[in-house]
Amino acid sequence: MLADYGYIALLLIAAITVPALILLLAKVVAYKSKRPDPDNVKSSTYECGMQTIGSSWVQFNFRYYFYALLFVIFDIETVFLYPWAVYFRQLKFFGFIEMLIFILILVVGLVYAWRKGVMEWK
Amino acid sequence: MGVWDYIVDLFVNVRTDWIEFLQGQGLASSLVVFLDGLIGITLILMFVFPTVIIFIWLERRFIGWIQLRPGPNRCGPFGLLQPVADAVKVLFKEIIHPTEGDKLILWIAPALVFFSALMLFAVIPIGEGSLGALSDLNIGILYIVAIGSLGVIALFMAGWGSNNKYALLGAMRAVAQLISYEVPMVLAIIGVVLIVGSLQMSEIVGKQTIPFILLQPLGFLIYFLGALAELNRSPLDQVEAESELTTGYFTEYSGMRFATFFLGEYINTLVVATIVTTVFLSGWKGPFLPVWLWFVAKVFAVFLLMLWMRATLVRVRVDQIMAFSWKFLIPLALINIFITAGEVLIWDEWMSGWESFPWPFIFVNWAVAAILILLWSKLFFKLGGGRVEVREIRDRYSQGYGVNPSAPVP
Repeated sequence: MLADYGYIALLLIAAITVPALILLLAKVVAYKSKRPDPDNVKSSTYECGMQTIGSSWVQFNFRYYFYALLFVIFDIETVFLYPWAVYFRQLKFFGFIEMLIFILILVVGLVYAWRKGVMEWK
Repeated sequence: MGVWDYIVDLFVNVRTDWIEFLQGQGLASSLVVFLDGLIGITLILMFVFPTVIIFIWLERRFIGWIQLRPGPNRCGPFGLLQPVADAVKVLFKEIIHPTEGDKLILWIAPALVFFSALMLFAVIPIGEGSLGALSDLNIGILYIVAIGSLGVIALFMAGWGSNNKYALLGAMRAVAQLISYEVPMVLAIIGVVLIVGSLQMSEIVGKQTIPFILLQPLGFLIYFLGALAELNRSPLDQVEAESELTTGYFTEYSGMRFATFFLGEYINTLVVATIVTTVFLSGWKGPFLPVWLWFVAKVFAVFLLMLWMRATLVRVRVDQIMAFSWKFLIPLALINIFITAGEVLIWDEWMSGWESFPWPFIFVNWAVAAILILLWSKLFFKLGGGRVEVREIRDRYSQGYGVNPSAPVP
């Protein structure tokens, strides 16, 4: 049992090492320009060729906020669904009805959000 | 054991012999795990990297073939060395990073994409039994769901760290799209978990006397479409829509850091193809041929299906993508769960499991899937599938008023 997670830990190390090695190798062998860049144009952020205006780290209207809220609700729902699915054979009909009620409560929320037009692009 | 028997289940046999050899040396059990893990990881990497290179070649070649053009055909036979040549070229390219960006986050992001994709291979079984996967966790599916969602953070790190407006917008879209499609994907797998009654990958493959795509057609479709969106592949690649966002979250990336992103995306594609293979297409199982050959063949079949969709369909608009997930896939996934649960009840009460006589259920499930998709698409469009204004414009157009929005409403 614990050995299973030993393998995961080994893969964790390998999965960190491989991309790190690739990136480090690139850092060593990649071409390095010696040309001066007086106006800091080359290393400024790309904005269709014109001079960059301001930073993008600003406050702006985040349209996906309601999706994020709905996601939290439904992701937590799936956390409840997985153990239910594994033990469904023992729970039988009782489990079926119980999960039906649980999902219905959430679906009411989804339908409400749908009818309110939250999930529409305006 | 003959040579053929050894080859048939290569991954498991190599590991079994290696473990036996190590135990024969009288090593501590933790050291055996360590050395066995090294061999397992080496074998997995030996599978992953060549396959990814072939994937990159295949994508360009196959789409070229569909679009009646040759595709890359200069480097090596059939252009097979093209990905290698590209990799070498990109390795020597200068790495430019924006001075205003967050340097550390820009470095970590591509590595994290790579990392999260590679971690998923731990639980994918390539052979029979508990040694088939590197680590046959008893929570295999849950592990995949958990680690698989790490990639979102990497994309947002790349977008935010660049301090570029296109990159930030691309990253926002990426986060919204990826979290939206995660829910239907996760719900689609629950149908399979209900039938199997376990989260262990080896058991999921073991129980598949027939591929679960037959019993779970709707689940397969939902998972597959969700996976296409998770991978930002056409037709659901709004995240990196060139015509709107340059290339989305990796606008500021160049040289090998870009290539690491690219490689990570392809490893992700490979791992999703292996998950679809394992969960819905009965994994390594198959007659006559070696199990790993069956596995690779199914993985390539899934990948070719993705390419086919990319070459056939046009890109979907961003509001349509979000609506498709929340108003189409999630309700259908929820219905699918309860249909499957009802069938499991029937199997347990009146039959001795589905294995003995699955055909009526296969027929019913395919029929239900077809009817549900047809009915729900009607409802979906009736309730204004995407943007409401689009429906209004369409109504105007159908009434002969043209598409000019300032024209008077009849």
